[in-house]
Amino acid sequence: MLAEIGKFSDWLSMTPISMTFQTVAWIIPAVQSVHILAIAIVMSSVIMVDLRLLGLMGHSQSISGLTRRFIPWVWWSLVVLLISGLILITAEPRRDLLNGVFQAKMALLIVAIVLTAVFQEMVRRNMEFWDLSPGRRRAAVATAIASLVVWSAIVGCGRWIAYVEHG
Amino acid sequence: MLLAFCQWVEASVVGQFISGSTWAFPTIESIHVFFLVIVVGTVAIVDLRLLGVASRNRSVSRLSNDVLPVTWGAFVMALITGGLLFTSRATHYLANWEFCAKMVMLLLAGANMLLFHFLTYRDVERWDNDAITPVAARVAGALSLLFWIAVVVLGRWIGFTVQ
Repeated sequence: MLAEIGKFSDWLSMTPISMTFQTVAWIIPAVQSVHILAIAIVMSSVIMVDLRLLGLMGHSQSISGLTRRFIPWVWWSLVVLLISGLILITAEPRRDLLNGVFQAKMALLIVAIVLTAVFQEMVRRNMEFWDLSPGRRRAAVATAIASLVVWSAIVGCGRWIAYVEHG
Repeated sequence: MLLAFCQWVEASVVGQFISGSTWAFPTIESIHVFFLVIVVGTVAIVDLRLLGVASRNRSVSRLSNDVLPVTWGAFVMALITGGLLFTSRATHYLANWEFCAKMVMLLLAGANMLLFHFLTYRDVERWDNDAITPVAARVAGALSLLFWIAVVVLGRWIGFTVQ
């Protein structure tokens, strides 16, 4: 498996598009800047909803209202993150694909996406879901903490990719 | 004088520790990025409200009161971690124009915020619930977005250009 990923990375890095990304000096920092700005939108949107779930903010507003207002920004930003991320992988395939931290980041990203989608669907089906019982309020707190931990870990991994040895 | 200060900071125990360690810089940098994205994202939430793009059915003052405490907390943390990163190569950062430009952008963002807060925001009751805010508020929102995007872009560029 790793050998195949290595072979694919080597093939990708020899393609004209990858060579362009490697040689035009401003492309990588520019795309990384876009990537970070999209992360800023994701993190702040997630935090707005999570702080409300934790009961720390915005009591004047319903959880369902905040979810409908902020979670769509997460999905649109993820599209930007996916596109900019693919450009960065194309520019330096080995640095990412054969990097344990990058692989951990992708696994965490799947967890974050599933968590966000399930949460959004529950709010859509039943707007008062999280307020119905003390048990559900505890579940809301657990969801918020899990979301904050997973998204923070994704940001941390993102920065650490640059610092670990890769295959 | 600035150079002497940077030389002193770089030679300090903290500066020496961060530049000498393999894990300290990336760890502090990750924390810096974490708080920076929260600052920029939450500022953008208020800016987009001022521009009439998002949260239009939410009053400006209520939204600010919800969001800005998070912004300030994250800003303090970003400032502390940024200061620590600076100590590791202070003289090199001082000589890096992207770094100096980033600091100028931060000052401009701060000046813009003060002007907005003490002039435009003073009569917020009159337009608190309006989807379309006064021109001065929209200009403040647009400038704020511009300055903070510049902070992020210049910040990323420092990593590629600092010697």
